[in-house]
Amino acid sequence: MNDMYGKGILKGLSVSLKRFFETYLDDLSWIGRRYNTDAGIAHRGSKDARGIFTVQYPEEKIPVPEEFRFIPFLVYNEGPNGEKNLLCTSCGICAKVCPPQCIWIVRSTDPATGRPIPDPAEFYIDADICMNCGLCAEYCPFDAIKMDHDYELAAFGRHIYNKAMLSKPTKYYESIRPENATRENAARAAKLAARTAPTKAD
Amino acid sequence: MTTPAAVQTLDLSTRFPDGATPDARPGYSGWLVDKSRLVEFATALRDEFGYDYLSSVTGVDYLPEGKMEVVYQVYRTTGGSGVMFKVQVPRQDPVEVPSLVSIYPGAEFQEREAWDLLGIKFSGHPDLRRILMWEGFSGFPLRKDWHEPYFEEEAKPYKNRWPDGKIVQAESNNPYADNIAYPPDFSPEAESFDPEKALYDALRKYQKNEIGLNTDHIIVNLGPQHPSTHGVFRVAVMLDGEEIVNLKPVMGYLHRNHEKIGERNTYLMNMPYTDRLDYLASMSNNFGYALAVEKLMGIAPTERADYIRVLMAEMTRISNHLFLIGTLLNDLGAYFTPMLYALEERELILDIFEAVAGSRMMCNYFRFGGVARDFPEGTFQKIKEIFFERLPGKIDEIDRFLSENEIIRSRGVGQGVLTAEDAIRYSVSGPMLRASGIPYDLRRAEPYSIYDRFEFDVCTRKNGDIYDRLMVRFDEIRQSIRIIQQAVKQIPPGPVTSVKPMYQVRVPAGEAYGRVEGPKGELGFYIVSNGKPTPWRYHVRAPSFINLTAFGPMCIGQKVADVVGILGSIDIVLGEVDR
Repeated sequence: MNDMYGKGILKGLSVSLKRFFETYLDDLSWIGRRYNTDAGIAHRGSKDARGIFTVQYPEEKIPVPEEFRFIPFLVYNEGPNGEKNLLCTSCGICAKVCPPQCIWIVRSTDPATGRPIPDPAEFYIDADICMNCGLCAEYCPFDAIKMDHDYELAAFGRHIYNKAMLSKPTKYYESIRPENATRENAARAAKLAARTAPTKAD
Repeated sequence: MTTPAAVQTLDLSTRFPDGATPDARPGYSGWLVDKSRLVEFATALRDEFGYDYLSSVTGVDYLPEGKMEVVYQVYRTTGGSGVMFKVQVPRQDPVEVPSLVSIYPGAEFQEREAWDLLGIKFSGHPDLRRILMWEGFSGFPLRKDWHEPYFEEEAKPYKNRWPDGKIVQAESNNPYADNIAYPPDFSPEAESFDPEKALYDALRKYQKNEIGLNTDHIIVNLGPQHPSTHGVFRVAVMLDGEEIVNLKPVMGYLHRNHEKIGERNTYLMNMPYTDRLDYLASMSNNFGYALAVEKLMGIAPTERADYIRVLMAEMTRISNHLFLIGTLLNDLGAYFTPMLYALEERELILDIFEAVAGSRMMCNYFRFGGVARDFPEGTFQKIKEIFFERLPGKIDEIDRFLSENEIIRSRGVGQGVLTAEDAIRYSVSGPMLRASGIPYDLRRAEPYSIYDRFEFDVCTRKNGDIYDRLMVRFDEIRQSIRIIQQAVKQIPPGPVTSVKPMYQVRVPAGEAYGRVEGPKGELGFYIVSNGKPTPWRYHVRAPSFINLTAFGPMCIGQKVADVVGILGSIDIVLGEVDR
């Protein structure tokens, strides 16, 4: 036992008190910028954070990092007349790799020949079952399915997304994951160059 | 000079010329022991060969061969590799195997689990009841011929997802829930059925009644809905006044049959599911599973991937221990202030996970042969800022204002003591074992990955009480910071995966047991492959589940108010306990 009863409590309370004042000291040195500014939010999540570090959601939002993943979406290229050309070829790899099996794809067939064509007729994701693991985006060979950043999806009822709800333009993808998009575009260009180069030589 | 492994093999075959044969199936190892010689074999292993620590007990249902197998892993607490031995019995009920609880008391919960899920009866077990399922559940869910109520197919990927994905919701297939089965002699409507009878009888079995008086013992249920149980966990205690006479944990409220799901999944699909075991330490779970499957596949990660894995595993350990320090102090009465101080530091670590893996808790970052992706720009900067500049000072601060606090000392010192002998006997692992004075840390005892390259100390404390279990976590955080600082300096450039990323890995037939030193203790994955895309058997040796074996013995004789503190010091996560 300690020599003085209550010393530990006083010590603990002094730490709390120190933290209490630190918040105000930090407020003073960041006057007007600590709350509701990007710099202020970043400061509260950095190594120099002192005092209160909570973020006042939904007034303030922590920016998500590029790799953040939440519910997949399908990427499309916009055609000249505003048509949506999905990159998806309905190869089914995402449906096969999906751990909780929440992806359902209907492959289109050519009405004339009856043969499958590389374009999904329907594409469903049961977002209530999706576990946001990102394996579909990781293993898609066509960079056609990607993980989103939008985590605010509270709703009444179930989240079953169809093709129209899942489709998002390439521009959106490039805006949320600029580094990944640049890397993938470069890889695709290199692949294309490698494929066309030998034929030219022939 | 002969290697220890050679001596061991030689000794065992001369010691048991009959009754134990090396397992000769391709891809398998260990010993096949006769059912009649099992107890003798295990006793000899413990007393003559020094294998004093029973790590894992589980069963495997070999349906095509018509056999059930019980697999045991034993180790020496002085370190080194272990011995695996198995007992095979015919698959006709009753499947009966002698219990090893008298030799290794740590087998108690694991044998109950094998009985509950696989229907292997352990004769001589003191309290063989269902443990994760409830009394009145029909069948044994891990048997290969058992089907879950929403059964679709034996293995994923399910065929109706592609190319004709006519979406159906699982619940619409079975609108009136008429696929629930009951055991033959059971009716849910019968009034005479008392679901708690078996539990309360088990509590009363050890009721001390030395002078023949039926003294007034009362049974109190703590939980399952109480914040101090850290989830949905129930403790049934028998009290004599305020003193605990007997205590039985009741679990399974979060049971989802993780292992059956794992046997339906392909190998890669299991990776995100392991995150959901111990959800405070998902990187460690990934690590253990990746190691076990890599052992089977015979591949190794690249140099850089190894360093990234170690970095991630140690960060996970720090964030887990910070969480434990916070919640344990909540349990001891320091309501929420220290917890939030600890969580503040944990947030910074989770920020790194989010930037690297894409998710704060469900990381799903490891892959067979490496990790999913390299660190993005600026990650090392952030790691350096936190682990070189901020965290060491903050840990000291939390330590300084907590460890000499008289309330923590009086509620912690000498309470819930687990002696070193008991800790080994009950197969306790991780910080709990080390708080009892056993310097057993897998990173040193049987180094995996690249842990043999780092300088760090195995932290131990002497008394094995609540206070020591708290302090050993502080020590381990400091050692983890040391490892991270070394790893950041040593990490080489290069690729982060040694194989081409594939969504369907080829795993040759065989078995593997991969284990890592998780933040909660020894986390093991026992995997049996038959060459198909899905594992035949996938078993998780969950440290917090097995650490609970010692919970009852630690509490007996203590006051009822200490139960919460003792439970808090074990550090359980119900996602892992219930699986």
